[in-house]
Amino acid sequence: MCITCGCGTDSAHIVTEGHDHDHHHPHDHDHQHHHHSQGHEHSHQDVNGRLITLEKDILHENDLLAARNRGYLDAKKIFAINMVSSPGSGKTMLLERTLTDLKNEISFSVIEGDQNTSLDADRIRQTGTKAVQINTGKGCHLDAHMVLHAIRDLEPPDNSILFIENVGNLVCPSMFDLGENERAVIFSVTEGDDKPIKYPDMFHTSGVCVINKSDLLPYVSFNVERAIENAKKINPELTFFTTSCTTGEGLDEWYDWLRSNVHKPVTG
Amino acid sequence: MHEITVVANIIDIAEQEARKAGAYSVIAIDIEIGKLSCIEKAAFDFAWKHGVRNTMLEKAERTTHYIPGKATCKTCGEVFELSELFEPCPHCGGYLSEVLEGNELKVRSLRIEETNNI
Repeated sequence: MCITCGCGTDSAHIVTEGHDHDHHHPHDHDHQHHHHSQGHEHSHQDVNGRLITLEKDILHENDLLAARNRGYLDAKKIFAINMVSSPGSGKTMLLERTLTDLKNEISFSVIEGDQNTSLDADRIRQTGTKAVQINTGKGCHLDAHMVLHAIRDLEPPDNSILFIENVGNLVCPSMFDLGENERAVIFSVTEGDDKPIKYPDMFHTSGVCVINKSDLLPYVSFNVERAIENAKKINPELTFFTTSCTTGEGLDEWYDWLRSNVHKPVTG
Repeated sequence: MHEITVVANIIDIAEQEARKAGAYSVIAIDIEIGKLSCIEKAAFDFAWKHGVRNTMLEKAERTTHYIPGKATCKTCGEVFELSELFEPCPHCGGYLSEVLEGNELKVRSLRIEETNNI
């Protein structure tokens, strides 16, 4: 039972370097099969029960915890970026390059979200950056509660950048505020330039869009202009980067953007 | 299947409120889902059917109000209905718009049974 959040029945698994432990989170109830066809099997004789008006937001609990995360991050001047994409877009590779190239300049820490394994967190640690892995099990997205515990384990330093690499999934994570400052959607040129209009919600809720693996453009029928045009139909305010972690194309612009978002330490 | 999470949250909210009111079970529940809210109806119905088992909502009659999308164009100010996020303003053709309605995910009300009279 999580004392902070009073949470419930299921557990996400958080793996910090050196120790593993479970944290409960309020998801995934029992889903055994049954044969009650909902709605009309019961009689209506008892329909006179007492009415309780609620008008309550279904994601209220998540949003409260997200606000709590945001407050903590703001107080410590940590800039948190929620990295979302389909599986295989190159999120982890982009992080590895970024951390390797900028680690002497900016403090970073990383939360990795995957259904299983700590492979991604292991890759991040190879760069010398502190990372925790969240395994969501059957869960298809991170939520604010998992991130709260991960931040607590990670203890990111003041004036740093925190990357939260979400579970590879271009649908579900869009609904869950983690308390991040910015959401970055990454998609690779092998996925097709129509991706934004096929999965509009993620592009609608992001502020940054990274078009990745640009070194493969000669081999695929991906049109960067058309991809940007499609993404702008969903969200005209997106900031775009076109990158390749193989050739290094576009990384300087991405790095400048990161630099511009680091909170400078208070001096004097 | 984030619909499972959404159903689990609805059950948590409803059971919490029903217990607070001393209810024996929930007879009916009214919820609101915006049509732009990223909820797939078939997945939601499936998640509901299996999610409510062994909860106070097992026999609850669910009424779902689907709220159509509505946006205001930030370029010309036109207020218009939309069924997808990337629909342009019908007046000026612009894509810069702000969603006013259609993102709802809400439990409106519950009807509870206060004693076991079955």
